[in-house]
Amino acid sequence: MSVNATISLALDRVDWNALAGNQEKLPRVFTPGEVLMPEAGFMRGHGTFVEDENIKASVAGVIEKVNKLISVRPLKSRYVGEIGDVVVARVIEVQQKRWRVDTNSRLDSVLLLSSVNLPGGELRRRSAEDEQMMRQYLDEGDLISAEVQNIFEEGTLSLYTRSLKYGKLSQGILVKVFPALVKRRKMHFHNLSCGASVILGNNGYIWISPTKNEDQEGGEGGFAQNLSEVVPRHEREIIARVRNCILALAKCKLMLYDTSIQYAFEESLKYDVHELLQQHVIYDIGEQTQARLRDADE
Amino acid sequence: MAGRFELLSEQGLRLDGRRPHELRHIKCKMGVFEQPDGSAYMEQGNTKVLAAVYGPHQAKGKKTETNDVIINCQYSQATFSTSERKNRPRGDRKSQEFKMYLQQALSAAIKSELYPRSQIDVYVEVLQADGANYAVSLNAATLALIDAGICLNEFVVACTASLSKSNIPLTDISNIEEVSGGPKLTVAALPTAEKIAFLEMSERFHIDHLETVIETAMAGCREIRDILEAAVKEHLIHIGSAADWGRVC
Repeated sequence: MSVNATISLALDRVDWNALAGNQEKLPRVFTPGEVLMPEAGFMRGHGTFVEDENIKASVAGVIEKVNKLISVRPLKSRYVGEIGDVVVARVIEVQQKRWRVDTNSRLDSVLLLSSVNLPGGELRRRSAEDEQMMRQYLDEGDLISAEVQNIFEEGTLSLYTRSLKYGKLSQGILVKVFPALVKRRKMHFHNLSCGASVILGNNGYIWISPTKNEDQEGGEGGFAQNLSEVVPRHEREIIARVRNCILALAKCKLMLYDTSIQYAFEESLKYDVHELLQQHVIYDIGEQTQARLRDADE
Repeated sequence: MAGRFELLSEQGLRLDGRRPHELRHIKCKMGVFEQPDGSAYMEQGNTKVLAAVYGPHQAKGKKTETNDVIINCQYSQATFSTSERKNRPRGDRKSQEFKMYLQQALSAAIKSELYPRSQIDVYVEVLQADGANYAVSLNAATLALIDAGICLNEFVVACTASLSKSNIPLTDISNIEEVSGGPKLTVAALPTAEKIAFLEMSERFHIDHLETVIETAMAGCREIRDILEAAVKEHLIHIGSAADWGRVC
């Protein structure tokens, strides 16, 4: 069996910065310790602090002004949760009446037993029996989709899955990107026209799965996990292609949302799935997608 | 001090041709890895360092009770980093010492009150050691922290200084100057606030010169800070422009 290996020279290295070219108006960027403005008459928000009667930036990023509130948003950071965000999370521990889950935020998040739909969909008080059954519902390592319900004082997120669209995830691929790359939109569940479904978690975890039939979806209660069903090869190829496209967009630092993924997918069709891992192909897809997005904006 | 080798030539140039106040050439790059939350690569002359930052994430074990951030550093030198190959295990004395120094300097810069019950891991690897390893490691760690979006009071940068036999202070000393027997003073500072976060001296010299040598190192810190700041801004412009500042507006 022969295997083709691609070895590129250091000279042919891709210049990622070329994607940032020809910008007319650049926002002013600030670095930690830089003075934003005098304190008088302004309120300090996230990413700022007051020293010597001046508001200073504490992160590297761009300034955001809402009336008198001044904040600096870093271009990259850990996930900072907001109520109502859709997240994809992994269960790391089963505790008393709650699950501890990882959402890529500063502290581990919790999913309370009272904020999940029990299998069967009945609404009732959670009994001691339910507590003993917790591991049957969600075990360590399981992936779930959920929504942020509440933020505790220290910054711990409390999630809930009391809707049929949330719950345990079964067959698919998880892709991790920087949270800032996922664009906040109304919809984070998308059935792409190419035949894959994506859940764009605000926390930078992205779930790609084969599109399910609509009639199957009702009445699951969020805990059904069908691992025996074989996903046909062409669907798996589509999923792999979507994954590589998402990683390519992330590498090019392009925003991720339904349109950009759709465009990247269409641009990628001229390559084989495995070719999408090569640097110059990634660059090409990024460039084409960026051009199409800019065209669409105008 | 009789055995000390003269570090300055008659023309006032150093062994590698620099003037006394000149820094070595600095090159840096942010966001070099995909996996950590922040990463940076830094070159100062021939000293080359990689830094990666994970976190802030939930502190593990009993430490969760504390209301302060835990800064966990690891310093290591690659086997091939010096002219003679030497396998350096992680836990050796020297890297333990550097690790503590890094923790000390970084905790002066990180706004720890914002991260209760959290932990920040900083991993530093020296790829090529050519003097001022600690200083370059700290500068790389600062860049990696900024890349990770962690709140800092300001840049924390380090610079070394030495004293020639004719009592002229020298900035940013290289390995050959280090081993030639000159004293070595390392200063980690918050340059804008003019605060010193860490100071270490390797050999004695007369106290009269201490002030000028510290001032030389501080001047080096300020210069490095400006270089790092420009690099950070350029990096931000690059990654922001690719997405047409979509995540901002």
